[in-house]
Amino acid sequence: MMLDVRGMSKHFGGIYAVKDCTFSVKEGTITSIIGPNGAGKTTLFNLINGILVPDAGAIVFQDQVITGLKPFEIARAGISRTFQLAKVFKNLTVRDNLLLAKQATDTELQETLKKMHYARDLDAKAGDLSYGQQRLVELARATLLPHKLLLLDEPTAGVNPAVRKELATILRDLKKQGNTILLIEHDMDFVMGISDEIVVLNEGTVLAQGSPEAVQKNPRVLEAYLGK
Amino acid sequence: MALLGYFTHLGILVCIYAILAVSLNLALGFTGLLNLGHIAFFGIGAYVAALLGLAGLSPWIDIPLAVVIAALVGVILAIPTARLKGDYLALATLGFTFIISSVARNWTSLTRGALGLPGIPRLGSISVVLAFVAGFALLCFLVVVWISRSSLGRKLQAIRDDELAAQVLGTNTFLYKLIAMGISAAMAGLAGAWYAHYISFIDPSIFSIPDLILLIAMVVVGGLASVRGAFIGTVIILLLPEPLRFIGFPPTLIGPAREMLFALVLLLILLFRPRGILGKVDIS
Repeated sequence: MMLDVRGMSKHFGGIYAVKDCTFSVKEGTITSIIGPNGAGKTTLFNLINGILVPDAGAIVFQDQVITGLKPFEIARAGISRTFQLAKVFKNLTVRDNLLLAKQATDTELQETLKKMHYARDLDAKAGDLSYGQQRLVELARATLLPHKLLLLDEPTAGVNPAVRKELATILRDLKKQGNTILLIEHDMDFVMGISDEIVVLNEGTVLAQGSPEAVQKNPRVLEAYLGK
Repeated sequence: MALLGYFTHLGILVCIYAILAVSLNLALGFTGLLNLGHIAFFGIGAYVAALLGLAGLSPWIDIPLAVVIAALVGVILAIPTARLKGDYLALATLGFTFIISSVARNWTSLTRGALGLPGIPRLGSISVVLAFVAGFALLCFLVVVWISRSSLGRKLQAIRDDELAAQVLGTNTFLYKLIAMGISAAMAGLAGAWYAHYISFIDPSIFSIPDLILLIAMVVVGGLASVRGAFIGTVIILLLPEPLRFIGFPPTLIGPAREMLFALVLLLILLFRPRGILGKVDIS
């Protein structure tokens, strides 16, 4: 198993953002986390990569317990991520943004960017790019960081429809290259088309986990989220 | 000859303050650390060099020791404040300046308090001093240029722009902040040690807040994260008020006129070039 989340809980004051959450991610798959707003999806990501520390439970990454490690240690262990709101280093060039993930030649960087359908040059200042382009640079940066598991928080948000379609291809290609991807997504067509596994989260708890077909037929999921 | 001496004196001050400005720019402009303790590192360097010099140590030993001790203090200050950001870091480090200033004022058995330390040995004629401080200023500038172009500089600038994003790329941002503060404080200590050996008298007014504000003005006017900007800012802020001495102002008016000039320069910069003369970065 690539990632195992076991009985994890996190509360802020009296409110549980994540409660007794258990699920797993198989190696070489694309797994999507879906759920209504406030279901705890982003909190879950922040727990997995160490920005938050869980109150209870454990995170096991490739048979190694990573609960309590700092974000940079988890990154070095092999988990790379993007954020819901793209985080680029706005005063740095696109080249420097990417070099922070990995030492590489310009040709390698350009190849990675080409895959992301990024149209500007490496010397552009990241803060001058459109938001959609910043997201692509962030995604390129996350894939460049040597990793075994990629966490993507709403990769399609703020990206134009044409690129959104390309994004499905990009993610499938990444999977073919051996990446394991865990993503948060609201676009159901996108999720159902791309995922091997779906984890449905509601009020911080896993409502169901399974193939897209199984999840779509699950009465509890229909009631809580997808609608009848 | 008197005029030559005057210009040499200004040259020495420009070099010493340029070292201070470029080292503050390393912390503030490149790493995003609004460190108001910088003037304390300068004062610590000056006091260490002065006390050891007065105790009979050679300047070639007391100046390096001042640098090392200032660097250590910089790292020690960075450890508890590394988690603070923006205004909170500014407040905590300003508190540090007050503490160090208070120690210098009250530890009279060591520092003679407000009486200050006179008779710090000089290092030869003022042209010799100018040659040395100019050399060290050049060295400090080259070090900061080298850092800014290295992968260390890239990491520091990433921390400035988005610390969390730097962490998820595997950067131990805590460690890098300590490195930045240590190098920055070491250079400030160097400037302080030379200042003590040049002026040959120091007292606790070396930690003054107006001087700290001037120092920050040098960095802001020159431009954040610009090495040449730090030099230009130093020259402008230090030399701009000098002509006031020659236009026949009564001495009582020179002080206030200086303040007005600084305010004017800062206002003009903020209105017309908010990033400073050579600045390229925005810090939120």
